[in-house]
Amino acid sequence: MSAIQPPAQRVWWKQPVDRVEIVWIAIALVWCLIMFFFMPYWHVYGEQNYSGEAYRVNPQDYVAKVNEFVEAHTVRHETDRQIPVVRPPAGGDVYLLARLWEWYPILELQKGETYRFHVSSADWQHGLSIQPININFQVLPGYDMVLNITPTEAGEYAVVCNEYCGIMHHTMLSRIYVVDN
Amino acid sequence: MKPQFRTCPETGLVFHRPAENLIKANAVAAVIFLAVGGLLGLLVALTRWPAVQILNAQDFYTVLTGHGVVMLLVWILYFEIALLYFCSAVLLRSRIATPRLGWVAFGLMLVGAAITSWAIIAGSSSVMMTSYVPMPADPKFYFGLILFAVGALIGVFIFFGTLAIARDEKTYEGSVPLVTFGALTAAILAVFTIACGAIILIPTWLWSIGYISEIDPLMYRLVWWGLGHTSQQINVAAHVSIWYAIAAIVFGAKPLSEKVSRGAFFLYILFISVASAHHLLGDPGLSTEWKIFNTSYVMYLAVLASLVHGLTVPGSIEVAQREKGHNKGLFEWLRKAPWGNPVFSGMFLSLVGFGFIGGISGVVMGSEQVNFLIHNTIYVPGHFHATVVLGTTLAFMAMTLWLVPVLFRRKTFMPGLAKWVPWLFGIGTGLQTLFMMGAGTLGVSRRHWDMAFTGSAFEWAYPGMAHTLMALNGVSAIIAVLGGMCFVVVVVGTILFGQRTNPAEYSETRPAVLRGPSESLVGHGQIGFKGFPAPGTFVLAMFLLLIFVVYFFVNYGYLASVWRFS
Repeated sequence: MSAIQPPAQRVWWKQPVDRVEIVWIAIALVWCLIMFFFMPYWHVYGEQNYSGEAYRVNPQDYVAKVNEFVEAHTVRHETDRQIPVVRPPAGGDVYLLARLWEWYPILELQKGETYRFHVSSADWQHGLSIQPININFQVLPGYDMVLNITPTEAGEYAVVCNEYCGIMHHTMLSRIYVVDN
Repeated sequence: MKPQFRTCPETGLVFHRPAENLIKANAVAAVIFLAVGGLLGLLVALTRWPAVQILNAQDFYTVLTGHGVVMLLVWILYFEIALLYFCSAVLLRSRIATPRLGWVAFGLMLVGAAITSWAIIAGSSSVMMTSYVPMPADPKFYFGLILFAVGALIGVFIFFGTLAIARDEKTYEGSVPLVTFGALTAAILAVFTIACGAIILIPTWLWSIGYISEIDPLMYRLVWWGLGHTSQQINVAAHVSIWYAIAAIVFGAKPLSEKVSRGAFFLYILFISVASAHHLLGDPGLSTEWKIFNTSYVMYLAVLASLVHGLTVPGSIEVAQREKGHNKGLFEWLRKAPWGNPVFSGMFLSLVGFGFIGGISGVVMGSEQVNFLIHNTIYVPGHFHATVVLGTTLAFMAMTLWLVPVLFRRKTFMPGLAKWVPWLFGIGTGLQTLFMMGAGTLGVSRRHWDMAFTGSAFEWAYPGMAHTLMALNGVSAIIAVLGGMCFVVVVVGTILFGQRTNPAEYSETRPAVLRGPSESLVGHGQIGFKGFPAPGTFVLAMFLLLIFVVYFFVNYGYLASVWRFS
């Protein structure tokens, strides 16, 4: 009964199964169930989850919100392009905009504080990648994604775009500063 | 009526002439596209090698798009159509359904691939294989893909038709062989896949020519991945079938039990399609319940199916070897395997690479939270090169090395070179997957022309190790491409210059009805110990599980160390 011939008996599902297969299926199934239950477990006890909070938004409206946010909380400007560095109040809303080919604005956050972090795109799809901690999300136009983020270490972080968004994709780089109080 | 059937004296396989011609055409087209896609892949790897960076940004994105489309769709689907014809007409000794339509399918695929390639080469469609809206491609890009998919769908239905004919004309006795059953699994998944492709690509094409004003990007991603990921699940079903086929061809191996192996294929049909949801884990707006159901519960039953095949395929080889007398210790069966036969070594490297690298990394990165660590980093191409290249492509290459001499009735050209193919290609690709996964863990993003961010307003340097890993990836790609070139030389050489074996003798009589062996239903109690006919395989499987468990929890441990978010 080779695999390229028909089974010896039409009723192949009555063929006895070797113990090696039964034992392995049982072990593998247990492991699959452990992996399954580990995800809801992490949702309850783990501290890194995204629960799906997001809102439909018109890209122009989102840009307006970002501009409002930048106007209210800018503390200084950086680089020769005069990109605003925005320091939002702890616990407040933070708006980050992805567009060809920049992240806007630069953020300055306080270590240990939790922020309502909004991110959306004004044009095409982008990828929010915070380095070097390597946390990655997809950024879609028309969707305001909300993450409640708590930076746990002070330092200088990079924001990289990791979804291809056109010829200058590789220049789409920004900063997040996390400062001690 | 013209004589239609010939029996291959070496293999005993029966070829229906129109089926034989269609298999030849589809397989040859597949190998040509593999060669093209492989060279594009080399350019990609040499560009991502920071010290080399052979292409400029524009060419890089064009070449990367071409590499993805040619490899993931054109090469693989052409080969799968050939495989479907083989698993139906040849394995069942049947005439093929509607051979003329088979040529229409072949032509549509060729024209579609040509139109899409034209759009890519023109530089107006560097949108990657995923072509995420609202980034636009030339309408020709989508239109070519639609034509290609229609052609492939016709091929799939010819497979179904051939199964119906074989059943109707009673060309075989009892149930279809396990390998045909696996091909049927692949074909069913293909229908689902191509339906998803139609649902998303047709509106996207209409959008590109201005008939539809907007396509929701999240809906696009959801449906597109029904095509993008499920098409790779067709490959899984197809290459697992090939593992069984090669185990049968090289060793005369029998499935440990038909029930378990077929049950595992059936789990694929039921559950594997929803696994495509794991591409959306980092997307806005999808609920936790939706993600956990799609990526875990149901997917893990499909994972279970792969774990089962991971035991039953080498297990069947172990039993066959032990029955031949290689019965000493745990691993004599493996040591005495024909490692110099590229058909076997290719199949076995595919099995090991797919299981240990592709399978484990895929499940771990597809789990709901760990995904945040590697989404869209070069870890992802690392993973899918382990599944699609090391798993699928290498299995298809092994099958081709066996099939081409049989189909074309010629001896293998440069058999000494052929021996090297799986080793160069398998080890080169295997190293690539590990280096890319390592670089992705360090944050390197995928689809990125310059990991040094030249021209940006800011500076950021990935760890030095990441640069080293990307350089090593380039070196490994060269090894893999050398293996691929050897493969193309052997295949093309066999077709053109291979020493002729027997002449084709087509006969007017119908081939004898295909029968299974007449032996009764017995287990494998006399081999191995205590009802474990394949103890060596069991030990290997437990080793795989150990690595799997450790890697799973290491990743969650790493996740626990990053910023808190909810």
